[in-house]
Amino acid sequence: MASRLMALWQWVDARMPSLAQEYRKHLTEYYAPKNFNFWYYFGSLAMLVLVIQIVSGIFLTMNYKPDAALAFGSVEFIMRDVPGGWIIRYVHSTGASMFFLVVYLHMFRALLYGSYRQPRELLWIFGVLIYLCLMGEAFFGYLLPWGQMSFWGAQVIVNLFDSIPFIGPDVALWLRGDYVVSDATLNRFFAFHVIAIPLALLGLVVVHLLALHDVGSNNPDGIEIKKKKDASGKPLDGIPFHPYYTVKDIVGVVVFLAVFCLVMFFVPNMGGYFLEANNFIPADALKTPAHIAPLWYFTPYYSMLRSVPPLFLSQFPGVLVMGMAVLILFFLPWLDRSPVKSIRYRGGLYKTALGIFVIVFLILGYLGTVPTNIWGQFGPWLGEADRGTVVARICTTLYFLFFILMPWYTRIDKTKPVPERVTM
Amino acid sequence: MKKLLIALLFAPLASWASEEGYRLDRAPIDPTDVVSLQAGARTFVNYCMGCHGAEYMRYNRLTDLGLTEQQIRDNLMFTGEKVGETMKVAMTAKQGKAWFGAAPPDLSVIARARGADWLYTYLRTFYRDPKTASGWNNLVFPNVGMPHVLWTLQGEKALKEVKTEEGGHEKVEYELTELSKGSQNTVQYDTTVRDLVNFLVYMGEPAATSRVRIGIVALFVLLILFVLSYALKKEYWKDVK
Repeated sequence: MASRLMALWQWVDARMPSLAQEYRKHLTEYYAPKNFNFWYYFGSLAMLVLVIQIVSGIFLTMNYKPDAALAFGSVEFIMRDVPGGWIIRYVHSTGASMFFLVVYLHMFRALLYGSYRQPRELLWIFGVLIYLCLMGEAFFGYLLPWGQMSFWGAQVIVNLFDSIPFIGPDVALWLRGDYVVSDATLNRFFAFHVIAIPLALLGLVVVHLLALHDVGSNNPDGIEIKKKKDASGKPLDGIPFHPYYTVKDIVGVVVFLAVFCLVMFFVPNMGGYFLEANNFIPADALKTPAHIAPLWYFTPYYSMLRSVPPLFLSQFPGVLVMGMAVLILFFLPWLDRSPVKSIRYRGGLYKTALGIFVIVFLILGYLGTVPTNIWGQFGPWLGEADRGTVVARICTTLYFLFFILMPWYTRIDKTKPVPERVTM
Repeated sequence: MKKLLIALLFAPLASWASEEGYRLDRAPIDPTDVVSLQAGARTFVNYCMGCHGAEYMRYNRLTDLGLTEQQIRDNLMFTGEKVGETMKVAMTAKQGKAWFGAAPPDLSVIARARGADWLYTYLRTFYRDPKTASGWNNLVFPNVGMPHVLWTLQGEKALKEVKTEEGGHEKVEYELTELSKGSQNTVQYDTTVRDLVNFLVYMGEPAATSRVRIGIVALFVLLILFVLSYALKKEYWKDVK
């Protein structure tokens, strides 16, 4: 048996030697730094969730009906009458939130260890593009269950484009395919969700990985392992990705799946954060819910959008701020002027700035899930403004200051000497 | 760092904003109580299904509650439907709108939209109100189009305003007083509603009980996998220095 398999392999190898070459290049002879820590699990986990979403999505597509009259019912059909349908649906709904959780932690890792710095700027840019695609994917997908939140969420987001000066109304109409969110909108969002964006996403993941394997992985010390090589040209601090990191990532996968299962089998709604109660009411164009909120992964940006006051009766400034908050990530590699990459060797200024940034992001995220009057109003001295709105404004300002002041505070920050070799 | 992670995971859960309105009672439901679920199903088909359907719920799915298809046919189905059909009603949305001012919503997933506590409180806080079209009003859902369908069980209540002084501010509280007795006393009626809500919660997600059961098995399998994968990792990594 073994010799037959070997013969088959030799037959393939003779006709397609690149297969073995690529296998070596990306797995057995891809040298990754040996000092990866907890934060380095989320890259492989993000790929795992991508696969989970694609596979569960394929099965959902077999039973889902992208039709305004049938969509809501077809989701319930999946939940009740399709054998194992509820598992597939919960895998997909839990997977959506877990995708963002994993990607946010993956991005935070880059902020911790300066993984976006030279020579990994392009790698970072591909990553931000993946994040943008993911946001689009989540937005388009959220309309599909055709519940009240699906409908009104899409209505709110598409109307954002309406506020763009001059071309806005035409753009919004073009996106919707109708004057209101309707069957036409549902059909095109379905097309975007199941094929257009996933294709872009897969392509971007491939170039993200190719770019990574060209420059090599960063590590918690933020030093280049390629600078110290042994006689055979292998990095002294590098170990082959396979088998070392494959076996390590399998442990991460098992722990991650346990968390995934805890959510999807025991609290699939996650208290309204993964599946909203209002989305179990079929979409009704005549009944606007009192409180429209996106799912948790968009709420930091939603907070920013709500907090920016309108200008000349136009919401455009808020839309601009929200867009800039994401786009500014592209410039990160050039905003950071620190001589070191990793937080381990940076000074108090960057550590404080990053700490504030994380807290501000969490506060914005929380505020986006609740009405702006949640904390009551300030007195007449502040025009009785909602406390939530004022806090969101301060946090939005701090969010941008983290980036805008970065060239300054990273340059003057006191840094510690960086070691020659990685530390375990 | 670990604290930050925990905060990230749980911060939003700690402070779910409750919508303003009447304070809800906690529904003492138990999804494993088959007797309660059967009683709830009986109340549902006898009282609710006059107007509300459950168009995603099939009659024969009620075998989940320990009933045979014959029992379902004999006790829970009154018109000519087949046991594999969904629990639809003859009344159309248009008729509902004409008769009640709003079409009675489908109840298949009402428990997931409203929550058990809301339903449990709502069904126990109807009162007589001559100002409304139906002659009934509700504390949880003011000016609701639905009349008190279970009034023969609960009896009629009236709304009484109780004014109290608190720190110089006048505070108005509402309480319900009895106008007429129903066929059930308060404890019996609360149990009836509890059973009904229990059934509505079951109907919102019939797979919920098997979901938890499968989840426990899945976690157990993952625990074994964790031990194995961790041992494998240790074995490979022992030569990494």
